[in-house]
Amino acid sequence: MKKILIIGATSAIAQEVAKIYAHEKAELVLWGRNTQMLDIIAQDLKVHGAAQVTNISHDLNDLDAHEKTVAQVWNQLQKVDVILLAHGVLGNQLEAENDLDELLQIITSNYISHVSLLTFLAQKMREQKSGTLAVISSVAGDRGKQSNYVYGSAKAGKTVFVDGLRNRLFTAGVHVINFKLGFVDTPMTKDFKKGPLWAKPNLVAQGIVKGIEAKKDTVYLPFFWRFIMLIIKSIPESIFKKLKM
Amino acid sequence: MNEIQNDPWPSWGLYPSALNQSYQDLLSRLSLIPKEFDTILPRGFGRSYGDTCLNDHGLLLGTSRLNHFISLDESNGIIRCESGVSFDQILQLIVPKGWFLPVTPGTKFVTVAGAIANDVHGKNHHAAGNFGHHVVCFELLRSNGERLICSRTENPEMFFATIGGLGLTGFITWAEFRLSKIASAWIEQEQIQFYSLKEFFELSAQSEEQYEYTVSWADCVSNQSDIRGIFMRGKIASPQAQDNFKVHALSSIKTVPLFFPEWILNKFSIRAFNEMYFRKNLSEQRTDIIHYDPFFYPLDSIHHWNKIYGHRGFLQYQFVVPYKHDSGKALAQILDILKRSQMGSFLAVLKTFGSKKSEGLMSFPQEGVTLALDFPNYGPSLLKVLEQCDTIVREAKGSVYPAKDARMSAESFKVFYPRLAEFEQYVDPQFSSSFWRRVK
Repeated sequence: MKKILIIGATSAIAQEVAKIYAHEKAELVLWGRNTQMLDIIAQDLKVHGAAQVTNISHDLNDLDAHEKTVAQVWNQLQKVDVILLAHGVLGNQLEAENDLDELLQIITSNYISHVSLLTFLAQKMREQKSGTLAVISSVAGDRGKQSNYVYGSAKAGKTVFVDGLRNRLFTAGVHVINFKLGFVDTPMTKDFKKGPLWAKPNLVAQGIVKGIEAKKDTVYLPFFWRFIMLIIKSIPESIFKKLKM
Repeated sequence: MNEIQNDPWPSWGLYPSALNQSYQDLLSRLSLIPKEFDTILPRGFGRSYGDTCLNDHGLLLGTSRLNHFISLDESNGIIRCESGVSFDQILQLIVPKGWFLPVTPGTKFVTVAGAIANDVHGKNHHAAGNFGHHVVCFELLRSNGERLICSRTENPEMFFATIGGLGLTGFITWAEFRLSKIASAWIEQEQIQFYSLKEFFELSAQSEEQYEYTVSWADCVSNQSDIRGIFMRGKIASPQAQDNFKVHALSSIKTVPLFFPEWILNKFSIRAFNEMYFRKNLSEQRTDIIHYDPFFYPLDSIHHWNKIYGHRGFLQYQFVVPYKHDSGKALAQILDILKRSQMGSFLAVLKTFGSKKSEGLMSFPQEGVTLALDFPNYGPSLLKVLEQCDTIVREAKGSVYPAKDARMSAESFKVFYPRLAEFEQYVDPQFSSSFWRRVK
């Protein structure tokens, strides 16, 4: 029986990933902030076939609680096969340009909280010498642009951190994978006008589980974002800086 | 016409348009109804054709985040889930366990709450009644914050007002209903050509005993004097050697990417399509074993098929009239009006409803024969013809289906739905819809 830890478990994509593992009759621990939502999701996962679901309700930006909570997860599961870090906020770029609180909120939720968690999780994974650490990131981290560079920079920092961690944990038999997501139609992006590039969370979730099975290192989801970002990254900065993106 | 294209929350028929609709999702089934809007209408997948799913200048309160299951009793076939769970999601869960929906409309992209609010029917109406007949209970959230558990014994008046109540009595947060047991996910389907209404009625009478599912496609545009069509009847097939409980494919890649130009669908192309469809089987009768997906949901494989009518949108018209006492005279009269008007319907669906009495105060089905037609939005001339049809339906003591309506008059509505006054006392004071303001 697979043992799965989902961090940021109330996010739409995380819920879809959890459902896939529930179908495989996995045991899951859900970590998120909203207790009521976690209960609703746990019930849903049990109907989908999960062997057991345990909820941990704790604010993910409360860094002081990370070490203790990670220990609590291992008490529950003993051994963890897959960990998905799915939390984060989109934030408001325009506000963050003038408001330090908003700026730090975006950086904390998308970067600091992740690297703190990854550090404690990495210790445990190294001890058990197996398992996969999967992190959800964004194509926004591939190149800075005026519309969302605060969010993007947090994702970019995370990518470098995750790459380094993969390198460090390789000899311990622990796999680290970074998912760079394009546009996904979720509550987080509800205010965006949707077009043909937008993907549904259940299809993205399938891609995530497949990537984990295949032990990929970096995965763009949906796959065509690899090519879109290749083009975007190839534009010389002297031109790129003049574009409205 | 531009506002139709730009309205992010249109109805499935893309007509009529609604102005200044706000949209937000109820965050969870424990949330409360927002207070700051004059009028609120619950909104599921927006598969109603006309304006029952529109709320001009008001709020559409979405169910998309209420997509969680609550419990499944696998031995007795009873499921409880949130109101925004779709039939698509339910089938994925239950088919592998040997269960099926007790009643399903022609698309699986509807929510449970939408199925209750329209008390939907399907190909097994003569055997199983409406979806509402299979609902055990649900929770109704009212704008004053009250949460009512409704069933046939608890708050029964609210239960019967909400089934077929077009989302006007409050917001359904979750529902529990009974499933039906299946031996396989496959259907043994027979298709038989018929050349007159009389033959259609005879086939219906013969088939209702032995076949759980019946429906007919009818050609209303050919030059023949009487109607012709293909009678389809089916029953759940016996267990198959392979893929016995196969679930439908997850998501289709086929989609109608653009609005078709409006000249594509005209009376000639519609007639040609009908001719081709009638001939598709080549023989008078054939039997196949087919999967439930193409049997129940033939149009689901093409996303946004509604765009083939172009920006003008289209109108559906579905009515039911009794036929046993007049051998289908009212139906024949309506078919005659439509034929003379030269207004082609792409797909006409004909079916007999059984004698099971609807339970909802405002439910559409009644014993009789029902015909569903769709028309490109031809404008005022079409509205005039449909008004003539309404007159005949009224005289025949039949009814027109609100879920598909964009044009019936308030006078007709009152005649079609004689329990309207009784229903009105259960409507939530903050809830309304474009349809409701039009016909009330």
